Amino acid sequence: MRFLNRSAGRLSRHRRGRLAGLMMLVVGLLLTGSMYAAFAPAQAESTDTQAADVEAGRELFLIGCAFCHGQNGEGQYTVNGDQIGPSLVGVGAAAVDFQVGTGRMPMAQPGQQAPRKPESYSDEETAQLAAYVASLAPGPGIPDESDYSLEGLTAEEQEAAIVRGGQIFLTNCTACHNFEGAGGAMPRGGYAPTLRGVEPKYIYEAMLTGPQAMDSFSNGNITPDEKRDVIAYLGSLEESPQYGGFGLGGLGPVAEGLFAWVVGIGALVGFAIWIAAHTTRSSKKKVSA
Amino acid sequence: MSIDTSKVATTTSGAAATAKPNRAGAVANWADERLGLGTLAKKNLRKVFPDHWSFMLGEIALWSFVVLLLSGVFLTLWYVPSMGEVHYEGSYNQLRGIAMSEALASTLHISFDVRGGLLMRQMHHWAAMLFIASMMIHLLRVYFTGAFRKPRELNWVIGSLLLLLGTLEGFTGYSLPDDLLSGTGIRAADGFMKSIPVVGTYLSFFLFGGEFPGESIIPRLYTIHVLLIPGLLLALIAAHMLLLVYHKHTQWPGPGRTEENVVGFPMLPVYAAKAGGFFFIVFGVCAMMGGLLTINPVWKYGPYDPTKVTAGSQPDWYMGWPDGALRIMPGIESHIFGYTIAWNVFLPIIVLPGLMFTILLMLPFIESWITGDKRDHHLLERPRNAPTRTAIMVALMTFYGLMWAAGGNDIIAIKLNLSINQISYFMRVAVFVGPLLAFFITRRWCISLQRHDEQKLLHGYETGIIMRSPEGGYSERHLPISESAAYTLTARSREEVYDPEAQTDANGVPAPGGRLAKLRGRLSTLWYADNVQKPTAAELEEAHHHAEHEHQLQGAMEGRSADGHQFDGHHAVEGETLRGDH
Repeated sequence: MRFLNRSAGRLSRHRRGRLAGLMMLVVGLLLTGSMYAAFAPAQAESTDTQAADVEAGRELFLIGCAFCHGQNGEGQYTVNGDQIGPSLVGVGAAAVDFQVGTGRMPMAQPGQQAPRKPESYSDEETAQLAAYVASLAPGPGIPDESDYSLEGLTAEEQEAAIVRGGQIFLTNCTACHNFEGAGGAMPRGGYAPTLRGVEPKYIYEAMLTGPQAMDSFSNGNITPDEKRDVIAYLGSLEESPQYGGFGLGGLGPVAEGLFAWVVGIGALVGFAIWIAAHTTRSSKKKVSA
Repeated sequence: MSIDTSKVATTTSGAAATAKPNRAGAVANWADERLGLGTLAKKNLRKVFPDHWSFMLGEIALWSFVVLLLSGVFLTLWYVPSMGEVHYEGSYNQLRGIAMSEALASTLHISFDVRGGLLMRQMHHWAAMLFIASMMIHLLRVYFTGAFRKPRELNWVIGSLLLLLGTLEGFTGYSLPDDLLSGTGIRAADGFMKSIPVVGTYLSFFLFGGEFPGESIIPRLYTIHVLLIPGLLLALIAAHMLLLVYHKHTQWPGPGRTEENVVGFPMLPVYAAKAGGFFFIVFGVCAMMGGLLTINPVWKYGPYDPTKVTAGSQPDWYMGWPDGALRIMPGIESHIFGYTIAWNVFLPIIVLPGLMFTILLMLPFIESWITGDKRDHHLLERPRNAPTRTAIMVALMTFYGLMWAAGGNDIIAIKLNLSINQISYFMRVAVFVGPLLAFFITRRWCISLQRHDEQKLLHGYETGIIMRSPEGGYSERHLPISESAAYTLTARSREEVYDPEAQTDANGVPAPGGRLAKLRGRLSTLWYADNVQKPTAAELEEAHHHAEHEHQLQGAMEGRSADGHQFDGHHAVEGETLRGDH
């Protein structure tokens, strides 16, 4: 402590020199200027590629998305006022990355809900579409891996994060997605899809943008750290062994009842028939009793 | 029943004295001389039971109950029935440090930190599922074969009570871990109680010791689960089996089997081995399921918290059908003087199960009142020979099954890509229409089978041999069924429709009973009227004459290419060769 105080004192003594303030200003300006000079061309270049992405995305959008979402992403309505496709203004790159990246968009057919299916666009095309939609209005961006990775935390912090994530998951998510993310039913043919095997990025984006029937959990509602924890909890469930054996799809008591009847009662009745068909007598001759 | 004790005593002592001294025999003799078990055992170890696979279904229930007792005792050694709050510090990482009740913490302790604990927990749970399921299939067997008839009505009542108590026992056990699922179940039970008009809230406050959830419910359910209901179950199972021994087991009709005897194998050695072996099989199936199939993974549900719920929150299967009724019930409620009567909860979950249980309990009495059959029955009836009875149970099963399916409507919706709303709309109609359809289809089906039996009796069985007459006509050769098959088919009594008019005496004064008797007459007509009665001796005689005549027209079969029918399984074929010596 004393050492620190002393060195701090020494520094401040120099700074209190008459020209020290001016020197600092000059150094600061020089640094800023040279750094701008160093990085500005790179930025200009990325702006160029971004503009190209937006343009390429617009081309793709007009072919694959505009039919339902409108030529400018403003949404389409029938004459009766039914929505064909919602407005995409302000949904952000995260929504596009989720919907297109998981194959939900473009939809194969109108329906209650867009199911997950093999994606129709390459990663590059998805990025271009995302860039175009993001250019319509500000919206949530695609999360970086550092946003949902526990890397950099100590082992104890990671464990605490997983425990916290589990509680957030049980409070906010299980009502629809089921206690281990196996999925659940929603009204009128809708459903909360399974979360097992879903990439962390898409879980993060889903929470952020609230696709289809899902609520959006904004960063004010569930903070980015908490989103990361939920993802970590789900990951820990997938990584932990099946302690009790085969999990029956993680669907709860209905699946358990099915197995009790089909496997349990089925086997036991089979054994009853087997026992009754055999006699304990050593003679092979069938005794009619 | 008198036993010739002098004879028994001499044979036993004689055998013990003359044979070379056997250690087990010495011990048995020591015990016999002091307890007098020999005479009792001599009689009961020779008790005869008939052999049929369907008679072993009740045994599944008995043995799974034994598995429940064994595994349950194991669990009580670690389980803490308390709602006191602790922070979990066990082996399961994902819940470490979370506040939970001691009940859940100890359940997690059993699952992760007690050697073999999770296996025992899962065995206990699977055995509970099998216990109730096997009671139900046993019940179906007893009902479909008419084994509930006099003198066994009271055993039917005891069995029904066992089913009810087993269900309650299952529910209390389901609630004990105090995880998210069981807490949701208790929450639902609280709501069910509160839906009872006037007394509902009092009942709920009485059970929970105040407002839900309180701190008393887990200890109270524990006492009910490990003391009260198991005690009642044990007593009723004992009574059930004592009555079984007293009444003797029912048997299928057949040559040599009458209402007065039981044809089968003795307890020792046959049934002791069969039933004892079956215990190990039931234990083994429970252990396999407990070891290989996850049931109720409480660690994933986490502690109960009234603010949380999970999709797929269902009761265990035996409570699934009232849950289904609750799910498809339209939301109807009345408001009277500021009080709400929640019909949408009260009717499906309180009234309906009570009504269904009463119907179940009364089935033997309703039937014997309608048919007027007050005779003792020890011979079973084939389901087809009681079409209305069979149809009633199939209708009840259809009702149960549809309600049951409605209880899993969300799982059906996501697994079959259906709309949960459409499933509910369908079920609202199907639970009324389905049982009626099932009743009519089953009844007619049974009657068709009766007609088939009558055909077999009168015209013989179909040999599959097509005969060509000299005129060029084709006909299938029928041959008479064997004596014993014919006996078995006709070993049933002729049924009489109750006719209230017949009760009117010579002076035209109707017998007392009036309107009730008329109702009974109508029901009796419905019960019996379309049944096929077994043919009379004269009808059989005539049919056989007719068949012989027909055979003469068709010509002999021996030595022709149509020969070979004797190998169709209807006859003894020892020493016979195909087509004689050709």
